[in-house]
Parts: sequence; structure tokens; C-alpha cells
Amino acid sequence: MHPALQGIITIIVGVGGCIGYFYFSNQFLDKVLFPAKGPNIGRNINRANMIRPWLFLAPAIIALGLYLAYPVVETLRLSLTERLPGGGSQWVGLANYSQMFGEPKFWEAMRNNMLWLIIVPAFSTAFGLLAAQLTDRIKWGNLAKSLIFMPMAISFVGAAVIWKLVYDTRPVDQDQIGVLNALYLFFGGTDPQTWLTIPLWNSFFLMIVLVWIQTGFAMVILSAALRGVPEDTIEAAIIDGATPLQIFFKIKVPQIMGTIVVVWTTITLVVLKVFDIVFAMTNGQWETQVLANYMYDKLFRANDWGLGSASAMIIMLLVTPILVWNVYNARKEMR
Amino acid sequence: MDNIAGSKSSLSWIVQISALVMVLLWIFPTAGLLVSSFRTGDQIATSGWWASMFPSEQNLTLRAAAAETQTQIGDVYVIEGNLFGDESGGEISVWGTSSREISAYAAGETAELRRGGTITVQSNGDYRMENAEEFTGNRGQRVFATAESPPEFTLENYRNILISGNNTDNMAKAFFNTLTVTIPATIIPILVAAFAAYALAWMEFPGRALLIATVVGLLVVPLQLALIPLLKFHNEIGIGKGYLGVWMAHTGFGLPLAIYLLRNYMVGLPRDIIENARVDGATDFQIFTKIILPLSFPALASFAIFQFLWTWNDLLVAKVFLIDATGETTVMTNQIVELLGTRGGNWEILATAAFVSIAVPLVVFFAMQKYLVRGLLAGSVK
Repeated sequence: MHPALQGIITIIVGVGGCIGYFYFSNQFLDKVLFPAKGPNIGRNINRANMIRPWLFLAPAIIALGLYLAYPVVETLRLSLTERLPGGGSQWVGLANYSQMFGEPKFWEAMRNNMLWLIIVPAFSTAFGLLAAQLTDRIKWGNLAKSLIFMPMAISFVGAAVIWKLVYDTRPVDQDQIGVLNALYLFFGGTDPQTWLTIPLWNSFFLMIVLVWIQTGFAMVILSAALRGVPEDTIEAAIIDGATPLQIFFKIKVPQIMGTIVVVWTTITLVVLKVFDIVFAMTNGQWETQVLANYMYDKLFRANDWGLGSASAMIIMLLVTPILVWNVYNARKEMR
Repeated sequence: MDNIAGSKSSLSWIVQISALVMVLLWIFPTAGLLVSSFRTGDQIATSGWWASMFPSEQNLTLRAAAAETQTQIGDVYVIEGNLFGDESGGEISVWGTSSREISAYAAGETAELRRGGTITVQSNGDYRMENAEEFTGNRGQRVFATAESPPEFTLENYRNILISGNNTDNMAKAFFNTLTVTIPATIIPILVAAFAAYALAWMEFPGRALLIATVVGLLVVPLQLALIPLLKFHNEIGIGKGYLGVWMAHTGFGLPLAIYLLRNYMVGLPRDIIENARVDGATDFQIFTKIILPLSFPALASFAIFQFLWTWNDLLVAKVFLIDATGETTVMTNQIVELLGTRGGNWEILATAAFVSIAVPLVVFFAMQKYLVRGLLAGSVK
């Protein structure tokens, strides 16, 4: 069957199935199970209303449970077992973890991930704040925002191609076609550099790609927050003779601190899962490995589910503080 | 706002210029890829894309017509023609007849030829050779010229990538595969999530707060954890790798954000409308379909854009759940990564392929930016 046709059928079946399920299950509840008539009408209506929320929620709960909650438990289990050649698996306790901790590649990935975790959110947030502040005060601010925001729509793979061209290297006797090398030679460099193969530096060149993408996100959120800063606080500062820089750092930034934390944590989450950029640009060579790509290596190249699951659990462990913090805040807000 | 005290200063110029610098810095890399996709492979390999905006100066070795084309006018022998042949090759500024002196003459000047006679070269490449005696030799006179050629762009790359082109370069199939993945994976989670969001926003039942907290928690669970357990699960129920699997995976992974966004929006809808409808005897199902769903359009649009961009740009989920060994179901992101490996130096192919895959999200982005921004503002956990 042609995939497009299959796609259309899936849409029809999926959408029709959803609507049908919701419609008929409600009908069944109201007309057959607990009809709103007869001697027990009051009790029936109450019972129907107790069950109805679960009808609405059932598909979502099943999907969430199966596709997100169950995998967390199953990955934990897999990380403590080892696949046997003939199928089936064997309990090995923490052996996968200790094997992983013994691998230099893992520590390289951890070190790089820590660098990513510090640098990418910091620079994205800082640039985003700068962009928000700059574009809020000019006439063509909306256009400027759109253009800085644009990389958000570009896939990580597309961004990888875009930046690979920037970092491209040609032999010394030819014209450089990568901007970075052209600038490097223009400002007095002697030999064109293969930027992505210089250990440690290359990680930073990869981080630039993510900063370039995430700055737009930070800008949009922070710009909205900056507009929400009460004007009388700024007026008061101006009357007291504050300079624009003082107004920005002492009046505005403290008032949007909450939003800055949100932006920071959101970008941190993106960083922890970053895979495509490294996969497409260096594939972890030249000491650029990160956890997500390390995990992919173990799962699908080395075919070692135990080790792969163990490294996935490390990612989960790093995410957990943010998870707890988010849930705590959401609950506080609902109260 | 900062000029309230009437201190309009030179600061506003600094702001304007820094904003401009920042914008240029941010679009510069993308512009490079876009421009490159309209250049031929030779052009990309020999000069930086930023140079292609301006006329380029090239040193050319051209040849006048051979001696046998000469005509006799009066008592002089003449060879006439254009050094560039039929196509226009640009504008000659300086030229010469010897490889040691390639810039001896300016356009329009006349040079003495070593073997007798003269040659005049115009800036458009027209030349006229005159000699009192007959020209001899089999081959035409060589002319070394420095020509300025205008910027030149081509659609050839797009033709190769989309229409013709060999099997590994052609993106048409991957384009349709991506589309096939994206559309159901965008529509289905919206529907499932909308009902759940309504229940979480407007229905009273025990455990509601716990469920909302769970959704917030699942929002940040890395999907890396789901890869192996779900692949195992898909193999066990017999769907293996394929579209059905990838649709289901994207639905599952998109649900927390969908529920979260939609619930936050629905909670903000006016209570009166819903309670009036209840008093008038509307069932929850009717309230949802007739009132909540139409009113929630902005939130639905926000999530639809997110999910569309995410599924269109995704590489990992497609690699794990969709693309099998035959490669028949490859998506664009995956094909580009493969091209990066096999065609690493062929920037005309890479740039065009990447831009084909970027183009659709960019159109969606610029057309629906309002909803995207609104979704972002609502979606970042406060």
C-alpha cells in the first residue's frame, strides 16, 4: 500500500476512531448504563458524572502510560540486566553501570555535557535578554525578532549543515569558502583550521549552533516578561537619576528573575537531550561525545541494551531535579 | 518608555546599530546556505558565497578564430568575432596577448601582434584583427583577458534534488515520507489531548491534581528512555518499524505538551459560558464540542505548529521507529545526514537538500508566528 494512502487512512481511522470513541462511550454511559430517567434518576446522573471524566481521559492516560511512564520503569529494569545471545535476559545488578563508569568515552561525554549545560543556557539566555531589550525599543523590532527567532523553525540537522558550511576548510592555496576560516586568515591566521577536529574547541563550535537556535526562544519569552515590568518602577528610577544600564540591571532584571529561571531550565532540558547536532556534525569524534549520542551509539551501533539503558538512566537522573522543581511549582500555582 | 524624562540621546543610535548587528549575525549562516543552493558546485568550491553577491573578476585565456575564417576587405585581411563565443562572459577590463603580460592593454586599445598585424579587443569581447598579409597558422590568436562576470545563479541544483538527479541525491521521496509522518502525527494527538485537557480543566473528580502533576512531570522525561522499551513493544505486537509505529510514538511523546498547553488555555475560558450551558441542559460532550473546542482554536493552533515543527525536524524518532534496513521510508533529516557522510564536499547538493527540508517549516513559521509565540509563552512551565 502506498504510504500516502496509508497516511490518509490512518488520519481517517485515527480521527474517526477518536471521535467515535468519545461520542459512543458518552452515549453508552448516558443512555444504557446510567440512563437519566426511571426511578434512580438522581443516582444515575451522579454515577454517570463520576465516570465521565475517565472516559475523556482514558485514551490520553493509556498513551502517556505506555509511551512515557512505562518506558522509564522498563529502561531502569533493562539497565540492570544483560541480553543473552539466545534471547531472554539475565539480571546483572549494577554491572552495566560499573562497566560504563570504566569507559573513558562515557566520562568524555559527561565532561562535554557539563560544559554544554553551563555554556548553552547561559549564552542563550544572555543573548536572548540582550535581543529582547534591543528589539523592544526600535521601530523595526518585530521584524528583528522574527529574524532572530527564525532558527527555531530549522531542524537541528538543517542547522548542522548550515554551520558546517561556516566551519568549512579548504587547502591553504585555495579560496576559503567557510566564513570562519576566511575571517581567520583575514585577521592574520596563517593556516586554515579544521575547526571541528580540534579537541575541546570543537565542542564550543557545536555549542554555538545550539545557542544560535535557542536565543530566539529566550528572546521571545524574556521580551514578554520585560513588557510586563510595571512602568512606575522604571519612572521612579529615571526620576532618581538612574542610568539606562542601571535601570536594566537593577530594576528590570530582578523583576523578571522568575522568567529567566524558566528560560534557563527549559534550555537546560533541550541541552540534556541534544543529539542531532552532534550526530550530524561530528558523530562524537574528536572528543565531542555527549550523553545522548553515547547512548545512541551503545543502543544501535554496539547493540548493547544494558549499557545504553544505563546511560539513558543517567540522562533521566540529570533531568530529575528539573522535573521535581516543575511539578512543585505547578502544584503551588494550582493551590 | 525610557525616554519619559525627555532624554532622547545618542543611546538610541547605539541600540539601533547593535540590533542590526545582532540580526545580521543571526541570519548570516542561513543566508550562506540559501545563496549557496543557487550556485553551481564549481562556484561554491572556488569562492566564498559572500563573494557571489558582487561581480567577480576572473583571469581568462580566450582564443580568437583561426586563420581560415579571415576575409579580405580591400587590401587588408580581417578576422572578426567575439572572444566569448555566443554566450556573454562578462566585461573585459584589461587584456594582453602574452601570458607574461596579461594586462598590457585596456579594453578598446589596439595591440601589435608578434607575428604581424594588430588586434583590437572591446570590453564586451568583440575583437578585430587586421593584417596587411594573410594570417597563417592553424589555431587562433590567444588573448589573455581579465573579465568581470556578473553574479550568476542557477536553479539547476533544485532541479537535481527534486526532479531528476540520481537515487541517493533525490529528495522527492524523502519529502513525501516526511509529510506522511508529519500530518497524522500532528492531528491525532490534538484530538486525544483536547478531551483530556477538558476533563482536567472543567470536570471535578478525585485525583485530578495528581494527574496534572503527572503530566507536568512527563513533560520533561527524555524520550531517549522510551526508545528501546517501545521498539521492543512494537516488535512484540507485530508492527515493527514503520509508519504506524512512528505515528504512535509521536502521538505519545507529543501528548504531555498538548495536554498541558490546552488545559492551561481552557482553564482561562470564562466560567459563565460553561455554567450557563450546563444549566441549559447541555452534556459535557456537547459543551466540549460546541463551546470549548471552537474557543480553544488559538491553543490548538499553537500546539499544532509545535508538533508539526517537531515531527518534521525530528531525526531520532524516525531513525528508531521508522527507517528500516531497506531505506524505503527514509525521511529528509535522515537523508541529509547520509548525504553529509557520502557527499561531504558537494555543497551544492547538501545546501539544496537542506534548504528543501528547511523551506516548509520556515513558511509555516512565518505564516503562523503569532500562534507559535503564544504557545511558547503558555508552554514554558511557570
